[in-house]
Amino acid sequence: EDSFDMEVAVTNPEKIGKEYIFFFTIFELMFGNHLETTLPMFRNRTFSVWRRFSDFLGLYEKLSVKHSLNGCIIPPPPEKSVVGMTKVKVGKDDSSSADFVERRRAALERYLQRVVCHPSLLQDPDVREFLERDELPRAVGTHTLSGAGFLKMINRASDAVSKMTIKISDSDAWFDNKLQEVESEELQLRKLHAVVDSLVNHRKELCGNTAVFAKSMAMLGNSEDNTALSRALSQLAEVEDKMETLHQEQAASDFFILAELLADYIRLLGAVRGCFEQRMKTWQRWQEAQSTLQKKREVEAKLLWANKPDKLQQAKEEITEWEGKVTQYERDFDRISVTVRKEFLRFEKEKSNDFKSQIVKYLESLLQSQQRHVKFWEAFLPEAKAIA
Amino acid sequence: MGPRSRHTAQEGDTLCLLEINARSVSVDLNNDASLLIDIPDALCERDKVKFTVHTKTTLSSFQKPDFSVPRQHEDFIWLHDALVETEDYAGLIIPPAPPKPDFESPREKMHKLGEGEATMTKEEYTKMKQELEAEYLAVFKKTVQVHEVFLQRLSSHPILSKDRNFQIFLEYDQDLSVRRKNAKETFGSFFKNMVKSADEVIISGIKEVDDFFEQEKTFLLDYSSKIKDSTARAEKMTRSHKNVADDYIHISATLNSLSVDDNTALKKFTNVEGRVASDEELKLTELLRYYMLDIQAAKDLLYRRARALADYENSNKALDKARLKSKDITQAEEHQQQCLQKFDKLSESGKRELTSFKGRRVVAFRKNLIEMAELEIKHAKNNMALLQGCIELLKSN
Repeated sequence: EDSFDMEVAVTNPEKIGKEYIFFFTIFELMFGNHLETTLPMFRNRTFSVWRRFSDFLGLYEKLSVKHSLNGCIIPPPPEKSVVGMTKVKVGKDDSSSADFVERRRAALERYLQRVVCHPSLLQDPDVREFLERDELPRAVGTHTLSGAGFLKMINRASDAVSKMTIKISDSDAWFDNKLQEVESEELQLRKLHAVVDSLVNHRKELCGNTAVFAKSMAMLGNSEDNTALSRALSQLAEVEDKMETLHQEQAASDFFILAELLADYIRLLGAVRGCFEQRMKTWQRWQEAQSTLQKKREVEAKLLWANKPDKLQQAKEEITEWEGKVTQYERDFDRISVTVRKEFLRFEKEKSNDFKSQIVKYLESLLQSQQRHVKFWEAFLPEAKAIA
Repeated sequence: MGPRSRHTAQEGDTLCLLEINARSVSVDLNNDASLLIDIPDALCERDKVKFTVHTKTTLSSFQKPDFSVPRQHEDFIWLHDALVETEDYAGLIIPPAPPKPDFESPREKMHKLGEGEATMTKEEYTKMKQELEAEYLAVFKKTVQVHEVFLQRLSSHPILSKDRNFQIFLEYDQDLSVRRKNAKETFGSFFKNMVKSADEVIISGIKEVDDFFEQEKTFLLDYSSKIKDSTARAEKMTRSHKNVADDYIHISATLNSLSVDDNTALKKFTNVEGRVASDEELKLTELLRYYMLDIQAAKDLLYRRARALADYENSNKALDKARLKSKDITQAEEHQQQCLQKFDKLSESGKRELTSFKGRRVVAFRKNLIEMAELEIKHAKNNMALLQGCIELLKSN
């Protein structure tokens, strides 16, 4: 049995005019024995295209419109940061804008990776067009889509739904429990994200303080009149300089591996909540249709008594219409329940893998940093011992 | 929230410590078996620390060969000031007074912890409390260490170890505070009365005839400002490091409440990070801080010598004037001789003191830098083992 894996790499952001264009490549990885088989829907095995940031947002809009009603968990796009973007457009070429571009690039890569890993979304023609077409028409209306706006939308929907406290059936306990889990997990992730943010800032502070300390050590070494001690202090200053570099790299890991992972999942859990709300809305629509049907039947009964044949005909037609709707809506509800359940399980699996792989990556970065730590201090030790 | 918060923010925690290993920033102390001093334990009540000063001696000047007395920080300050005020010791570097025990930082954190208790999980709170107690302990150990080193510096000094006040400090088995108050009246304020505000100007203004002192002067003035700067920077760096360690504690506690696969490595990592921060402090920051104070004491010696030289020069001028006026010549000659003697004595003992100070400093730096490097290596290797284990565990799942 073959399994397919699509890997996405978003690389080489280039500035064209005022905008950044992102270049991404899709790699199709294949496992198993049948190396010749290809996903039939794509023309090539490996392909690359250029896209603007707004194109990614446009893709999300299209997918959202089409699939959210089905209970699909649509991966949310990266945040649109007004501050960051303004800096870039103004042409500020400092390290913070380089950071910003890198952050966006990494976020787009993760976003796209999630989209192509979603079995139903991968089938979507809009996705295929996004991945393959040479030039996409500019997406409009994406200026309204900011990260905060997205969450507000979700929260408004969930507020409306939480007013309904009805439990649908026993099997609904599963959905109830899962929604509760999602909500509490989202809270915890937010808390964790705040602490990781604090870690990033503190580590950046440590960076700065270490650099300043290194300089003052160098000056102290210059002042020292004992030759061997003077040399040792200068060496210590160099070690501390190297420590600063380690801290800087670690701060980047803290941010790009840990903080962004948490930020992504906070938004994803919001999307998951959206699915559950969507299901409730479908149920509500079915219930309302049932009550409307009931009312229509009552009207019919009244008309039978009053003996108004033409109105009666109309009433009968309406009843048929609403019976059809009730059946349709019940089917919709069943279908969305199945989808949401399936989506949720897939999401849980993906989340578990994602967290595991990112945490391993983070630990590996810590490990590497500690290895270099050892090297630097081992190089310093003989200098300290040489003091006489 | 009232009674609850009072209970959790226990500022009045009583800690009792036994068998504190002296990790001194100075070396070659406490080797002379004729007078061995240590602080084997101490008690902390509210803000006051009570040190148990233990003396073991073969000297006949003491009443008993082995005894202990309770002392407070103020008693140490009294002793230091008494030594500084003694004119006979003007040519010596008086060991710097130990700084006052400062529990401000952990106390503030404990207060914040009490306030934030409601927002934390039980595990997080317990962990933070543990870390805080460790921090209290670290401050505690540090203050015991500096007080102990102060006494050991005195006991290993050929002249200062014989000081009468020092003996009283070690032996007097009653509360010293009564004696302290009386003593303030009997002492002159020989040194304190000197206007110290412009000591650097006076030291650098003196016309130096002696090469040794010329070099020392240049060196000490420059080194003093550099080491002050380094001490401040080291403190800031160590504080940042502690902040990072604290963040890891919060992270591991929050990870616990999420059912994320494995966070034991991060948890252990937080312990190690915290310990790296406090070891760094003990070795490096304390070393720098101690020598910053010691250098100040050396500068004080130079200052006293500069004053003595100024006095001698003034006495010369007075003698010339007396000769001109043919009045009080003998008196002026005597005074001049006294000033010269004093100046020569100060120069001689000053040279000795400064030379041994140099050697002491180099040895102390060597010891502490080696220990710090070894600790950094040890901790990093520990971390590596932890991380490797956890990565393998996660990958195999």
